[in-house]
Amino acid sequence: MLELLKSPWHWSVAGLMIGLTVPILLILGNKKFGISSSMRHVCAICIPANIPYFKYDWKKEIWNLFFVGGILIGGFIAAHFLSNDNSIIVADATRLKLDGYGITDYHSLLPSDLFNWDNLFTLRGLVFFVLGGFFVGFGTRYAGGCTSGHSIMGLSSLQLPSLIATISFMVGGFLSANLIMPFIFQLLK
Amino acid sequence: MSNTERDKIDIRHKDAMCTNESELVHPWWYNLKYTFVGIVFGIVFVKAEIISWFRIQEMFQLSSFHMYGVIGTAVMVGIISVFLIKKLKIKTISGEEIHIDNKTFDKGQIYGGLIFGIGWAITGACPGPLFAQIGAGFGVVSITLLSAIAGTWVYGKYAEKLPH
Repeated sequence: MLELLKSPWHWSVAGLMIGLTVPILLILGNKKFGISSSMRHVCAICIPANIPYFKYDWKKEIWNLFFVGGILIGGFIAAHFLSNDNSIIVADATRLKLDGYGITDYHSLLPSDLFNWDNLFTLRGLVFFVLGGFFVGFGTRYAGGCTSGHSIMGLSSLQLPSLIATISFMVGGFLSANLIMPFIFQLLK
Repeated sequence: MSNTERDKIDIRHKDAMCTNESELVHPWWYNLKYTFVGIVFGIVFVKAEIISWFRIQEMFQLSSFHMYGVIGTAVMVGIISVFLIKKLKIKTISGEEIHIDNKTFDKGQIYGGLIFGIGWAITGACPGPLFAQIGAGFGVVSITLLSAIAGTWVYGKYAEKLPH
């Protein structure tokens, strides 16, 4: 059993468990599944700066921070106790493209060619951590939710605005991965 | 409900997916059940390789079905669950009625959605996986998370001036 848990899980198992988060959070306490809001609560708690958008009773949303704290702990448990080998098998077509970008390390879930502290103060670090992160935070709040809030929770309750948001996420991602990122990698070579 | 209370809810409601107006007040440790759900969720994220930058590149390069399978299954399970909750009028464990607010459309969902999508492909992570990646030992992602929080703050500061 433990061996089974330690090998990579099938998408249907993951999809089922993520989907079940929606009713579980509703039944546990009328909570709507959403993750990016946690970053808004952090702003409201730490640096509200008298901005109306951050002036709300964040204590009522504190469950969300308990939830994301759990995700962090879960990540630790999975990586340290439920993994034999963290290397990843990537589709040939994508591998070929990444080779061209100089990304060749498949020993862990994130390429060490990009995600290491040495890159922090380089142009790569600026683009992949600072700029990319900023886009994620700014964009999700502007859209009013992320993949969990819109694409899972919103679509589960059949909301049209969430479908529009999800399509926009995907369009942005396709543009980014196929047009912007090849250009960035060209620039950073 | 007084006007100021209504205003307060309206501000939070800009995040309609996350406005929860429970009438019940619980001690803080009641929230630990959400930590438990989060732990299971984080384990799934890592074990199904959803936190992998590579899987996100595959998704946007249409070279693997994996992420589409994950999201598609999750949405199907979610739709069925919400349908059953409404149909059977299932209540919360504390006996409250479950209600799901409708989100109203504004152009932010398109503009913001496109911006997030661009960041999603670059970082290889939406907000959930950011937390799981840090937990899984990719410490440098904490910089990405801090930057995302900064992005959230900047949006909050200029929210009223942006087209919606």
